[in-house]
Amino acid sequence: MILTTLEGVPGKTIVEHYGLAQGSTIRAKHIGKDIMASLKNLVGGELKAYTELLQESRQEAVERMVQQAEELGANAVVNIRFATSSVAQGAAELFAYGTAVKVE
Amino acid sequence: MDGLEILIFLFLLILGYFSGTYFEKRHYKSIRERERKTLHVPMVTFGAKQSLPEAQDAQLFVGSVVISVDYFKMISATLRNLVGGRVMVYESLLDRGRREALLRMKEEAMAWGANQIMNVRLETAAIGGRSGNNSGPGSVEVIAYGTGIR
Repeated sequence: MILTTLEGVPGKTIVEHYGLAQGSTIRAKHIGKDIMASLKNLVGGELKAYTELLQESRQEAVERMVQQAEELGANAVVNIRFATSSVAQGAAELFAYGTAVKVE
Repeated sequence: MDGLEILIFLFLLILGYFSGTYFEKRHYKSIRERERKTLHVPMVTFGAKQSLPEAQDAQLFVGSVVISVDYFKMISATLRNLVGGRVMVYESLLDRGRREALLRMKEEAMAWGANQIMNVRLETAAIGGRSGNNSGPGSVEVIAYGTGIR
């Protein structure tokens, strides 16, 4: 599966469009990590635990998008975009979407 | 009791100021160093509306970082809220976040062997940091993503 943010795949041509493929996941924070984070909120700096958590979740969103694209029969997803929104206190939605295509 | 509270507040304020400044300086130093090191690979924000580049391979790369405010920045921004104007303490926070996210994406792409990164997009999301306290961004997540080509 080829994933790009471009409108096609360099070196290949799109032979078929399958429409939108999307994947999303909503993750809540870990209480232990949250306590660490609120300590870090006092001194500043990177919240590594959150970075990892969100990275994992985004990976999952991408995997779901890829899975959906595979079901459609695509071998590439082009023009991928990401979005993040916090839906509730302590939970975030990570969303990935793109266009499923077949390239040759 | 009131005196103790004021003492704790001042302690947190001073702790936040010094540790925040220290982390920020160290972070900026590392950012500048890595930006110099990765300067030879161009990153562009166009790519979708023009003809595709000549390349064998293309792959998606994502870089992300969650960066937190410190106590001093938070109080300073709260005070700034009263009078309005530029909130400089948050400007540097977001600047650091963006540059760090871009660097992470770029470094990953360079490890893969990319000679250019096309159609880079940046996304920012505020994450409610301190539980039970919804005032201001506790921390921000910045993600940068783009297509590496080789």
